[in-house]
Amino acid sequence: MAETHEYKRPVPKMRGFAAEFYAYCKQHELRFQRCADCRTWRHVPRDMCAKCGSFAWEWAQSSGKGTLFSWTTAMQPMLPQFADLVPYSPVVVELEEGVRMLSWLTDVEDADLQLDLPLEVVFDDVTPEVTLPKFRRAG
Amino acid sequence: MYPLKDQACIVGVGETAYTRGSGKTDLALMLEASMHALSDAGLSPHDIDGIIPPPLQSTSEHFAANLGVEDLRYAVTVHMGGASPVTSLQSAAMAVACGVAKNVLVPLGWNGYSTMRLRDMGNKSKGNGGGGGGAPGALANTIGEYYLPYGANVPVQWYAWLATRHKELYDTPDEAMGTVAVTSRKHAQLNDKAYMQGRPLSMEDYLNARWVSKPFRLFDCCLETDGAAAVVVTSPERARDLKHDPVYISGIAEGHPYPADDIPARPDPFTIGLSFATPNALQMADVDLKDLDFAEIYDCFTYVVLLQMEALGLCKRGEVGEYAQGNRFALDGELPLNTHGGLHSEAHVWGMNHVVEATHQLRHEAGERQVQDAQLGLVTGWGDFGDGSLAIMRR
Repeated sequence: MAETHEYKRPVPKMRGFAAEFYAYCKQHELRFQRCADCRTWRHVPRDMCAKCGSFAWEWAQSSGKGTLFSWTTAMQPMLPQFADLVPYSPVVVELEEGVRMLSWLTDVEDADLQLDLPLEVVFDDVTPEVTLPKFRRAG
Repeated sequence: MYPLKDQACIVGVGETAYTRGSGKTDLALMLEASMHALSDAGLSPHDIDGIIPPPLQSTSEHFAANLGVEDLRYAVTVHMGGASPVTSLQSAAMAVACGVAKNVLVPLGWNGYSTMRLRDMGNKSKGNGGGGGGAPGALANTIGEYYLPYGANVPVQWYAWLATRHKELYDTPDEAMGTVAVTSRKHAQLNDKAYMQGRPLSMEDYLNARWVSKPFRLFDCCLETDGAAAVVVTSPERARDLKHDPVYISGIAEGHPYPADDIPARPDPFTIGLSFATPNALQMADVDLKDLDFAEIYDCFTYVVLLQMEALGLCKRGEVGEYAQGNRFALDGELPLNTHGGLHSEAHVWGMNHVVEATHQLRHEAGERQVQDAQLGLVTGWGDFGDGSLAIMRR
């Protein structure tokens, strides 16, 4: 799925926990933090479990399956690097594990966006260093 | 139980002109508005001993040095984006009530059109630093690492996630959003300071405008303007000797959504900062919503106003589509809304103009747009990813 031309859009800065999150994405694994004590999943990554106060956690693998929680369809570019894509839709996906993340859909027209649409993760190697998780309709 | 109730009041308000192209620095704009506020109060700059500047480049040190405040006793800054002005009133009220400071200046201003346009947030070449490039500090990591790669770098997109889900779940008609925009524009026609004075807006105009980021059309979005506003807060005792009757801060509270630094993660996306602030401020003021004579609700985007109406309890969850219709929000309606035109049609100074307008209304000096016999009003703040604040003000 990698784009053949040079990728000019902003990529994650990959500092701290984000470096670990995206390192797993590069291996085509969608992993989120899960508390090692109370097993609560969380995203975005944090130092502590807000539920039980534990500092112990692991990068637990997600099923990659989820549903569409919300979206917006950008009809004008706010950054020049996305101008050629307009309209495009930054969407909120709710994973089976309960965490939610921002992403893009690869195969859904804007007119077909609807709450609870079943989705599954796909990985887009946008550069040799960076892989962005995206989602498509689940079969 | 609420020792802060009516222990501080607004005694002076000031504004610059609202323009697109001020030719002045943010600091110069704020100093100008501050001098207007001091003059309005009948105070001199040397009477100020507390300053609460916004979370921008200008600091309390800059203000004190320019104004000649030699003994600055209280200086803080609230980091809640557009919710900062109203929350700053809370801080000012606490400082005054506790005797930490006598007269507190709360300025807010920027070149929101000429220099720092919100649409540029996240754009490294124009932003003001931070991991998210121009985003407020607490949000920079989330935006830079997890939103920006998907082209979601500005408020019109983040708040649209809340709006889309709410609109889909509760079938809110576009006309409810339009009512907010059209009402603000109508009120702006009676306000000489309003940037949109002379440019009326019909529901048809609203519905026919181009999309920006669905479900937001052009007139769902507030203005980008240059300008500043400022208020002076003091104690009721000192207010007796000043020029105007005081406007009391009867109830005030801030609130933060959870978690505040990531919108998608919230267990209930419609529990916003204002949801937490509302009961605290209402109980402090010991008033009921039905006692309110007007509401100045932070209107960066129309749907944000609708979400706040539900958070305030003006209507039940999911019913704002029905609530926000007709003439309810007209100057002679059940709850006059954004009587000056708001961020939509007067100016975007982070809602400090809402505080100024509430003061004018409660002093009964709002001219053609005066709400008849206004005794009690509310002002809300909204900022960052849904931080909120609420002031209940009375004459």
